[in-house]
Amino acid sequence: MGEVIVITSGKGGVGKTTTTANIGTGLAKLGKKVVLVDTDIGLRNLDVVLGLENRIVYNVVDVVEGNCKLKQALIKDKRYEGLCLLPAAQTRDKSAVTPEQMAEVAKELKEEFDYVIMDSPAGIEQGFKNAIAGADRGIIVTTPEVSAVRDADRIIGLLEANEMQDVRLVVNRLRTDMVERGDMMSAEDVVEVLGIKLIGVVPDDEQIVVATNNGEPLAGDESLAGQAYINICHRIMGEEVPYLDLRKKKGFFAKLFGKN
Amino acid sequence: MSFGDFFKRKSSGETAKDRLKLVLVSDRSACSPEIMERIKNDIIEVLSKYVEIDSEGLDIKITQSEGEGPEDKSGPALFANIPIRNIRQRN
Repeated sequence: MGEVIVITSGKGGVGKTTTTANIGTGLAKLGKKVVLVDTDIGLRNLDVVLGLENRIVYNVVDVVEGNCKLKQALIKDKRYEGLCLLPAAQTRDKSAVTPEQMAEVAKELKEEFDYVIMDSPAGIEQGFKNAIAGADRGIIVTTPEVSAVRDADRIIGLLEANEMQDVRLVVNRLRTDMVERGDMMSAEDVVEVLGIKLIGVVPDDEQIVVATNNGEPLAGDESLAGQAYINICHRIMGEEVPYLDLRKKKGFFAKLFGKN
Repeated sequence: MSFGDFFKRKSSGETAKDRLKLVLVSDRSACSPEIMERIKNDIIEVLSKYVEIDSEGLDIKITQSEGEGPEDKSGPALFANIPIRNIRQRN
């Protein structure tokens, strides 16, 4: 029996879908059976971030409406053994699925998979309620900005009200150069303000844009972000992994001239 | 930022953290503006029995206390600034 993990944030644009894609890919690379569920009905994006947009036949709404079997709607990622996507519908809206139906789908999936990862839409309305309905634990994604952290706090409150015990934090798009000169909150600052435990810190890395352009998540590759994601996957699996030094390595000339 | 500012001004990261802490205290307290308004009116009503207060100038807010309590714990606190117009005893 697997576990259902919801990835959510409150605020849009902080990197939920990218985080979901990379955690899914990373866990699959570590040998786990993983299914990623896009719960953002009407605004699906997990398919393009994963590079699976051309292979969608059925979606989660088809499953709950009985147009297909759950297995038929799952897209197997041929690049990573054990990774599947259950896409959202693009031409419907959030009310097409109820929280009870989504919880039922998640329950069925966790019999087959080690991890069922629900990619939540932004906001706190129906789509969010669907995403958290069947979840055993939560991962909150935030960036070190006041707006994103404030929304994350609201989400933490809502998850607590839903009696979710295990909620952890990913601080995304951290810029160590700005933290060092005092112009960005550090991951420690964000943790102090929100009062929940960290599960990962992901640096602001150009390679993420490149990876999304190509539809190829970078978890586990040699980039700093890729390393940060694979570490998150190890921590999800309950392993203790030290946090990376995210400071960019300065080249010889940059050191000489004091440039970043 | 000028050279003088360097010494007196907080970094924007610290400002962000301080502002967040304040806004989260009121977000978490579930005190909507309507409830705050009702608290304010009740305070005016009670105090008016004893002193004449400037109800226009009255200001209440929920913020983080500085931790002066016995356990030195900082928690949410209601701060009220209540200007008194006339402290003379009535009658």
